[in-house]
Amino acid sequence: MANVFTSIGDWVNERAPGMAPMYRAHMTEYYAPKNFNLWYYFGSLALLVLINQIVTGIFLTMNYNPSAAGAFNSVEYIMRDVEWGWLIRYMHSTGASLFFVVVFLHMFRGIMYGSYKKPRELVWLLGMLIFLVLMAEAFMGYVLPWGNMSFWGAKVIISLFGTIPYIGDTLVEWIMGDFLPADATLNRFFALHVIALPIVLLLLVVLHIAALHEVGSNNPDGVEIKKGPKGNRWDALKPADGIPFHPYYTVKDLVGVGFFLMIAAFIIFFAPTFGGWFLEHDNFIPANNLATPSHIKPVWYFTPFYAIVRMIPSFLGSAVWGVLAMFGAIAVLFALPWFDRGKVKSIRYRGTGFKVGLGLFVLSFFALGAVGAGITAEVIPVWFGDVDVTFWENLFGRVMTLVYFGFFAFLWAYTYFGWEKTKPVPERVTTHD
Amino acid sequence: MTKRQLLMKRYIFPVALALSLLVGSISVQASEEGGLPAAGTNVHDQASLQRGAKLYFNYCVGCHSLKYMRYERIAADLGLSEQEVMQNLNFTGAKFGEPVISHMPEASAAAWFGKAPPDLSLEVRAKGADWVNAYLNSFYLDPSRPVGWNNTVFPNASMPFPLWELQGLQTAEMKPAKPGEDAQVEKLVLSHPGKLTPAQFQQATRDLTSFLEYASEPAALERHAYGVWVLLFLAFFTLLAYMLKKEYWKDVH
Repeated sequence: MANVFTSIGDWVNERAPGMAPMYRAHMTEYYAPKNFNLWYYFGSLALLVLINQIVTGIFLTMNYNPSAAGAFNSVEYIMRDVEWGWLIRYMHSTGASLFFVVVFLHMFRGIMYGSYKKPRELVWLLGMLIFLVLMAEAFMGYVLPWGNMSFWGAKVIISLFGTIPYIGDTLVEWIMGDFLPADATLNRFFALHVIALPIVLLLLVVLHIAALHEVGSNNPDGVEIKKGPKGNRWDALKPADGIPFHPYYTVKDLVGVGFFLMIAAFIIFFAPTFGGWFLEHDNFIPANNLATPSHIKPVWYFTPFYAIVRMIPSFLGSAVWGVLAMFGAIAVLFALPWFDRGKVKSIRYRGTGFKVGLGLFVLSFFALGAVGAGITAEVIPVWFGDVDVTFWENLFGRVMTLVYFGFFAFLWAYTYFGWEKTKPVPERVTTHD
Repeated sequence: MTKRQLLMKRYIFPVALALSLLVGSISVQASEEGGLPAAGTNVHDQASLQRGAKLYFNYCVGCHSLKYMRYERIAADLGLSEQEVMQNLNFTGAKFGEPVISHMPEASAAAWFGKAPPDLSLEVRAKGADWVNAYLNSFYLDPSRPVGWNNTVFPNASMPFPLWELQGLQTAEMKPAKPGEDAQVEKLVLSHPGKLTPAQFQQATRDLTSFLEYASEPAALERHAYGVWVLLFLAFFTLLAYMLKKEYWKDVH
């Protein structure tokens, strides 16, 4: 048997001599810092969820019917009559939400340890592109079951483009292919969701990883191991603080995968709607353009951005400002490597201002999420009694919008004018667990 | 700081964050239910589902379809034979493999009630079991409504109350109206007893709600059972992966 494998290996090697070196360069001879902690699981987990979405998605398309008349029925058909259909669908719907959980944590890790800084700006930019495409992918996927929230969510989100002066209305019609979200909309969203965007996503993921492997991974100490001492057990010229990605991090990531799958399985088997957060109550009602849900809101992962649209008032006769602010909230993230001029990467050695700023930034993100999900509108009257809910909600949401954008402005000033008092960064990585 | 303290410090934040998120989402979920009493349904109680199905097919199916439920599936999931289902539950002459479709013509129904009675296949998933159960317990006589019935959970519902002979007749005691506002219902009182005692009726609506909860997601019956085994397997897998990692990382210092 071993002989068969060896001879197949030799056969391939003779014809494609570059493949084995490529495998080594990215796996067994890719030296990653040895001090990765809990926060470094989320990259590989995002890849795992991507594969899950593709595989379960393929099986869903076998029974899904992309038409306004048939979509909702076909989803219930999958839930009831298709063998294991319920499991495939819950894996896909839970996967969508968990995708955003791991991607948000992955991005937070990058900000916390300065992984977007030189020389890794390209890695960050490609990652942000992935995030952008992922949002489009998730939005279109959410429309496909053609429940009432799918319909009204699509209508609200697409009509955001209607605020653009002069071309807005035409643009909305062009996107929907109709005057309302309808058959044409559903068909094109299906095409984009199952073919176009996944291909782009896969390409971007390959580029993201390729760009990372060019410069090497950052780590919780923000120490450049390539600039440190050379020589480890495997190679005299490679970083002393590096260990081969395979097998060390493949076996370590396997532990992360195990924990993650336990959480995912718990949700899939015991709480697939996650109390209306992953699958919303109103989406079990078929799309109906005559019955507006009492609260139109996007799924939880869009709520912080949706809140920003809602919080910005229209002025100069246009509502485009909220939409600009929403896209701005993502654009500032793209530009993060240029807002932050600080040389010290990791939060462990950065100034107090950065720590407080990042804490407030995370707080504003959750607060905006609560506003966008309608939690504040519900909680304010309960906590504060008979008050003007809209006024207080707007005040709170606007302050939090300011905090969100303020983080980037502060970070620029803090590092540009040299106000940051950093701690000395060690020569070598400190701990590993 | 020792290494242990350092690790503690590093993980306290993420763990606290995850816990507060979980607690937050659960408490919001609780507040979303809007203070309705818990329905206390249990889809794993097969006897309750059978009683609920009996009520459904005697009192509801005249108007409300379950277009995503097949008689065959109900028989299999509720532990009933084909004969039992076809003789005792199927009053429409549908075939065993066909879905549960009400015979009420939609156009006339819309004319009679203002709106055709909705399909109830997904009612519990759309409204929640607590809502459905509370709705079934909250009908009262209201001569001002076209069909003579009103409901405190869903005010001005256009549905007459078919279970009245079981529950009896409820009437509303009104709060004194504030100036310029309509009077609000203070509480419902049973003015005329039905065939069942209040406790029996509550159990009956709980059974009916359980059946509708089952109908809204038949997969719930199996997913819980599989879930336990999947989690046990994953726990074992994670343990093995952890031991493998420990072994490989022994020489990393």
